[in-house]
Amino acid sequence: MRDVAIIGLGKTAFGSFADRDLRSLAVEAGLKSMDDAGVTPSQIEAFYLGNFAGPSFVGQNHLAPYIAGAMDITEVPCTRFEAACASSGSAFFHAVSAVGAGLYDVVLVGGVEKMTSQPTAKVSEILAGAGDMAGEGRAGATFAALFAMIARRHMYQYGTTREQMAAVAVKNHANGAKNPLAHMRKVITMETALHGKPISDPLTIYDCSLISDGAAAVVIAPLDRASEFTDRPVRILGVAQTSDQVALDQKDDITTFRAVKRAAEKAYEMAGVTARDIQFAEVHDCFTIAEIIAMEDLGFVKRGEGGPYVLAGHTCLNGERPVNTSGGLKAKGHPVGATGVGQLCDVAQQIRGEAGERQVERNSLGLAQNLGGSGATAVVTVLGRA
Amino acid sequence: MTEIESTVIESPVEELLALEESLFESEPMLDRLRSGIVYTETVVYAAPAEFVADAPYQLAIVELDGGGRLTGRIEGDRVEIGDAVRFGEYRNGVPFFRKA
Repeated sequence: MRDVAIIGLGKTAFGSFADRDLRSLAVEAGLKSMDDAGVTPSQIEAFYLGNFAGPSFVGQNHLAPYIAGAMDITEVPCTRFEAACASSGSAFFHAVSAVGAGLYDVVLVGGVEKMTSQPTAKVSEILAGAGDMAGEGRAGATFAALFAMIARRHMYQYGTTREQMAAVAVKNHANGAKNPLAHMRKVITMETALHGKPISDPLTIYDCSLISDGAAAVVIAPLDRASEFTDRPVRILGVAQTSDQVALDQKDDITTFRAVKRAAEKAYEMAGVTARDIQFAEVHDCFTIAEIIAMEDLGFVKRGEGGPYVLAGHTCLNGERPVNTSGGLKAKGHPVGATGVGQLCDVAQQIRGEAGERQVERNSLGLAQNLGGSGATAVVTVLGRA
Repeated sequence: MTEIESTVIESPVEELLALEESLFESEPMLDRLRSGIVYTETVVYAAPAEFVADAPYQLAIVELDGGGRLTGRIEGDRVEIGDAVRFGEYRNGVPFFRKA
């Protein structure tokens, strides 16, 4: 397989934008990424779009050519990928595979979701569709409920505490406050995080990511052509997508996501690195417990040690391995279809040394972990300096 | 040409009830199908649109004594991980359990 690089990136702000529709968000991110890469729409050979539920949220189908056409990209394959909250991670994995295999050279990968046009209870219902609607969905499980049950079991098996989960929220809000594109730029205290409105026991509002609108895009190309377009290419060292059962009650052990573990192993192997080498990461903190479990599944710590690891501050901006310097899904926001590519933009930005106040010092090797549903899809990407 | 019958994937409880009617008559076997241990649980305060009127309600994944896990609702007393529960009835496709 040919080596592939990210040659351009573009993001919209994440937030609640009553005056913006889905297409305008996706187009803004796409045009920014092409501008950043110094390519024109006529140079794009394929468009891979991640979107979870545009048809349910805004009533629009056939989204990939709908968005591409508005950017003057026509006569090329334009396809939407759906893998719940890992939709754009999946689009990226397939795009990199195609460029790596030599099918195309210059490809645009986007992700978008427009969620705030629906009331919260309706959003919960649409999101629940990423689970097993015949079983857990029919019983009344929201995604918060599924992750609450995961948290309960993790607390039971490993002694993980509410305080450790709250530490994730406090850290990610502190980082989000420094990110000009974040949905919630508000620092919160441990006290606040511990006493939020109950959503699904033991999770409170401060354990849950945000309902957001937003889009993100990257342009990728073979590494050996990257210098034609940019002097800041970011190399895609490893990328893997894996799967698992959709229904939570069909998984043997719900305190770990085996799809994530496997994707990480494959991505590390492809990159020729180990978990220890990863200097910083953007992980899928759809709920605070998910960030704790990610620390374990990515191999940063042993099983059951994720809680103490985050509470000790090791993943803070000035810690040994900064995690979610963007603010994560918790504070940056979680427009689900945009999240995977959004994370890649954030990691690439750190590697390019353009993260401003949030810039980490050790920035040559970063990781992005994107999770779909309660772990039925996982995408792990290792990025590094070209 | 072979005719392919359309099949619907039933939930485990539906299968169990069907099995119960057709095969198992003995009480000990029925007990193994109807009882279990709470593997995990949550109380839902923020419900999806369809279930807002029910909130707050308790959900649990139950490890059935006869094998397998099921996601269902808990009626009556709240339960914790490790509590024994008994299957009560099946409403709108959802198994309801009670603390044993």
